[in-house]
Amino acid sequence: MLDALSYGFMQNALIASVLISIIAGIIGSLVVVNRMVFLAGGIAHTSYGGIGMAIYFGIPIYLGASLFAVGAALLLSFISLKQKNKMDTFIGLIWAAVGMAIGVIFVDLTPGYNVDLLSYLFGSILAVSRDDLYFISILLVVIILTLTLWYRDILAVSYDSEYAALRGVPVKFFYTFILVLCALSVVVAIKIVGLILVIALLTMPIYIAQKLSSTLAGMMLYSSALSLLFTLVGLALSYTYNLTSGASIILVAAFFLVVFLLIEFLHHR
Amino acid sequence: MKPILRVENLSFAYEKQTVLENINLEVFEKDFLAIIGPNGGGKSTLLKLILGINKIQSGDIKIQGKSSLQFLNKIGYVPQNTNVNTDFPIKTSEVVLMGRTSKKIFFFGYSKDEQQKAKEALEKVGMKGFANQKIGSLSGGQRQRVMIARALFTNPKILLFDEPTSSIDVAGQKKIYKLLKNLSKEITVIVVSHDLSIVLEDATKVAYINKTLVLHDALLENKKFDTKNDHFCEVELLHMLGNSHKKSCSC
Ligand SMILES: Nc1ncnc2c1ncn2[C@@H]1O[C@H](COP(=O)(O)OP(=O)(O)O)[C@@H](O)[C@H]1O
Ligand SMILES: [Mg+2]
Repeated sequence: MLDALSYGFMQNALIASVLISIIAGIIGSLVVVNRMVFLAGGIAHTSYGGIGMAIYFGIPIYLGASLFAVGAALLLSFISLKQKNKMDTFIGLIWAAVGMAIGVIFVDLTPGYNVDLLSYLFGSILAVSRDDLYFISILLVVIILTLTLWYRDILAVSYDSEYAALRGVPVKFFYTFILVLCALSVVVAIKIVGLILVIALLTMPIYIAQKLSSTLAGMMLYSSALSLLFTLVGLALSYTYNLTSGASIILVAAFFLVVFLLIEFLHHR
Repeated sequence: MKPILRVENLSFAYEKQTVLENINLEVFEKDFLAIIGPNGGGKSTLLKLILGINKIQSGDIKIQGKSSLQFLNKIGYVPQNTNVNTDFPIKTSEVVLMGRTSKKIFFFGYSKDEQQKAKEALEKVGMKGFANQKIGSLSGGQRQRVMIARALFTNPKILLFDEPTSSIDVAGQKKIYKLLKNLSKEITVIVVSHDLSIVLEDATKVAYINKTLVLHDALLENKKFDTKNDHFCEVELLHMLGNSHKKSCSC
């Protein structure tokens, strides 16, 4: 098992897992406490479409998908700030469908292109490149810097946006900024761990973490740690038994979630 | 004496529905103003206009003679529904710290000075020992007091409360009344409330709002009611004020 670590691709996969887990823990927590899960899902599916566009136009995948995802984030933020409450689910799902469809069509239109867009459903964590690592590292630095400087503002906006506005916090700016960070995170995460795993990592560890923590920062730490645990155990299983890595990670996460729910259930009786 | 808060010819509409019409109101230092009126009468809307959450459409609101927007840190506010978002991972002290208006940046947290202030605010409302508890683990009444501490964080001159006792149990309500009364010795208090104990015993002025505003100063001097024993309801109070359109008591 440990001999696996002597392979360069395995090392890259591990580094990527650590970085992505931390990002997923932080951004996932923000998305959940701000009730943006459907928006995030919409952005994730749209980014998937962005990858298709990038392939068609021959521009770098990160650039194409990022532009697409950030565009979606800005648009969704604009719409949801305009008419709160109602839109979440609805718009999120429309975007999901349209974004994905566009991506698939563009790949169809790409002459002679035969890499399946499906590979972005489960990602390719065992084929992480230097560029991937740079992109995630920079993103993680930006996220941590943002939190270091504006943690309390972000906390205030997330907990009670009306009161935050009253105290002079630029609520709309932070709301939009959180969605943009979410969009960028989703883009790297899709490339590396795939669309399906992104949604799993943005939900399952977060659910457990929210129950365990009494502060937002604590929730971020717990989620990151849990994501990392699920990812590493999943990868180990995938390597040992020659299974698809993304699917293994999701099943590990689901297993832990069920155990947690059982414990919680028994505890409450 | 100059009023600390003056509302002049204020009218307001959401889209097409007029909610407030030609409101005039003067509140002086250390007044305790109770605002009553039916649901949907526009009470919360008036508070939100004073706070600048709703933008003034016509008329004017002045605090110490200036636009109220310049004095936002002089106004403390406790919103109507504080039982929302209760599974949010946030500590009591962090909720109180939301009250600050300073723009200064501190790395990943709060300055010593501000944490001290938060402790003091919690002490004032009798919640000192709860600083590190998750907000969701408190009872409705305790949570309400934390929201009051948040409003007190900047040492405001005016405190606005929107139905501070509507969603909490009787024991919790009593504590809130006492707290409000104590606060009103130093601060101007404006409270939207249907609680007779506030309206009849604590308030120095009562305003009835249902689109328009009617002010009653003298009501409280002649305390005809023993609110502690008799069944007594707001409808009767409104009758007494001469404003009720309802005929029967529904409570
Ligand atoms: N944000 C809003 N948008 C549109 N209408 C609103 C809004 N808030 C309140 N209203 C309407 O304005 C009227 C007054 O509401 P409100 O000020 O909350 O009354 P009160 O606090 O006296 O119960 C009600 O008819 C309510 O439906
Ligand atoms: Mg109201």
